[in-house]
Amino acid sequence: MHWLNIIVQGVLTGGLYALFAAGLSLIFGVMRLVNIAHGDLIVLAAYLALIVTTTLGINPLLSIIIVAPLMAAIGYALQRTLLNRTLGDDLLPPLLVTFGLSVIIQNGLLELFTADSRRLQAGPIEVDSIHLGAGLAVGTLPLIQFAVAVVVIAGLQAIFYRTAIGRAFRATSDDRAVAQLMGLDNRHVYALAMALSLAVVAIAGVFLAVRANFDPSIGTARLLFGFEAVIIGGLGSLWGTLVGGVVLGVAQAIGAEIDPGWQLLAGHIAFLVIVAVRPEGLFPKVQG
Amino acid sequence: MSAVRIDHATPSSRIGTAILIALGIVLALAPVWGGRDDLRLLAEIYSYVALASLWNLLAGYAGLVSVGQQAYVGVGAYVLFALTMLAGVHPLAAVPIAGVFAAALSVPTALLLFRLRGHYFAIATWVVAEVFRLLAAQISVLGGGSGTSLPAAIVTSMAGSRTLREFEIYWVSLALVILVVGAIFVLLRSRYGLALTAIRDNELAARSNGVDVTRTKLVIYVITACGTAMVGALIFLQKLRISPDTAFSVNDWTAFVIFITVIGGVGRIEGPLIGTLVFFILRQMLADYGSIYLLMLGVIAIAAMLQAPKGLWGFVANRFGWQLLPLERRVAPFEVSKPSSEN
Repeated sequence: MHWLNIIVQGVLTGGLYALFAAGLSLIFGVMRLVNIAHGDLIVLAAYLALIVTTTLGINPLLSIIIVAPLMAAIGYALQRTLLNRTLGDDLLPPLLVTFGLSVIIQNGLLELFTADSRRLQAGPIEVDSIHLGAGLAVGTLPLIQFAVAVVVIAGLQAIFYRTAIGRAFRATSDDRAVAQLMGLDNRHVYALAMALSLAVVAIAGVFLAVRANFDPSIGTARLLFGFEAVIIGGLGSLWGTLVGGVVLGVAQAIGAEIDPGWQLLAGHIAFLVIVAVRPEGLFPKVQG
Repeated sequence: MSAVRIDHATPSSRIGTAILIALGIVLALAPVWGGRDDLRLLAEIYSYVALASLWNLLAGYAGLVSVGQQAYVGVGAYVLFALTMLAGVHPLAAVPIAGVFAAALSVPTALLLFRLRGHYFAIATWVVAEVFRLLAAQISVLGGGSGTSLPAAIVTSMAGSRTLREFEIYWVSLALVILVVGAIFVLLRSRYGLALTAIRDNELAARSNGVDVTRTKLVIYVITACGTAMVGALIFLQKLRISPDTAFSVNDWTAFVIFITVIGGVGRIEGPLIGTLVFFILRQMLADYGSIYLLMLGVIAIAAMLQAPKGLWGFVANRFGWQLLPLERRVAPFEVSKPSSEN
């Protein structure tokens, strides 16, 4: 029962990792862009949520309504003005430019908000838990977070496979030249994909900020968790990303139980073992 | 008797080589003309030239875009601290041993990483660096997560006086950067260099012309790991303090190194030299602004990538055909061999 409890907690943490990863998976799948600044954008969203909640005095979870469109707008502008110019066969330009963005966001946040760690207060919901009997209890917040991850991924899945813009995403992902010949404006399609990605980042950022302390430097680790979940799940598979997040969460929970120093290590090692055995991930849909 | 001669040198490379040799002599005499701060700054510049040259070899020539080279900086630094503190090895003797250790470690690492390509490879190199960082944080005799300082007894045992010790470290730093850049030069002039240039320009074409791409990449990966670890060991011998977060810092040892290489020019041996100069000039100008300086650096790196994707030296080389070191291969005009020449 003890271990079952640990695994359940790990699965729920995996939901947060899947939220980190979903936006990354989306743009990686559509335009093969490795966004090194993704983790820092999550942290940026957390600070935006901090500003919104302190000025309006609303519950952090409600702030998503404002932060998500704001981040989407930033994403659209970023892609249109900057990132579109880096896309091509060479992987160095997007890598370097997003590395640059990462350094800019980190140091910009440091300048504006100092290195002090912050936290969003979501009220009593933070400590509520639901007893499932036989000594098994799950926190309400982790449960909500996991449910939101499932809803977000189902939503992205629906957009991808049931809407015109989703068709455009898949078409540009398969062959950008042919998509353009069919009358799609790739620059606009990519910008929409980035907008959607950063809207998901906003949700992830708010949950991160409610769940734990944050400061300008923590983006990098979140980026790696996200990437690991994407690669474990397999490129282009959104549900695979959720599985990847859960694999990471469970590996970390088990590692932490063996020795607190092994929490992060266990997650990374699980990732390396999986890519050693299956370099294409568990459920690949798109060729990298 | 071959009818074709391959020339490497051009007028610009003769001038460039002469300048570099003169510069080397002036820098070797820095303890005579420079103060303590100058030596420290120069040694730091050498570390970045070496790190950027190595990353350039790896990413610019072998096409292995790694964002995890901090793994080997950290390993080199930790091996130095472990050897000197736990085994009583002389600090300067520990530097090459750190290189050998990293080279040995890089072989199994490469076997894992080489299963992945492109983006996946890049991300996995970073994960490997994180694994090394977290493992280093588990070494309790070296201070675990908070790190440790090199005991004064070890530091003073290096040389008779503080001045002498500083000279010693300075010359070793200079020797190491000359060794690294020199080794890369020799490598690029060899048949490996031809293979690497072919891989840089078109991997598929190189493969179809009989270049063993995987083997060449493995050799480069191992050489880079070895060099990076030696530089890392020397950097932390000067800092005298180590911690997992500083030794395995992605910003210090990878992001800035990539910025330097891209600003100077990827895939050219001169690129890292020029890039490091720009990086340090900016730093001296903007150092007072703290995090704003790093922010500016990010902006400049992005602007450089978008406006001059081949870097400053790439621009100069394309425009004027200059090269600092004789690396080009030109087929000399045929000279019909006359019997008289065989007298």
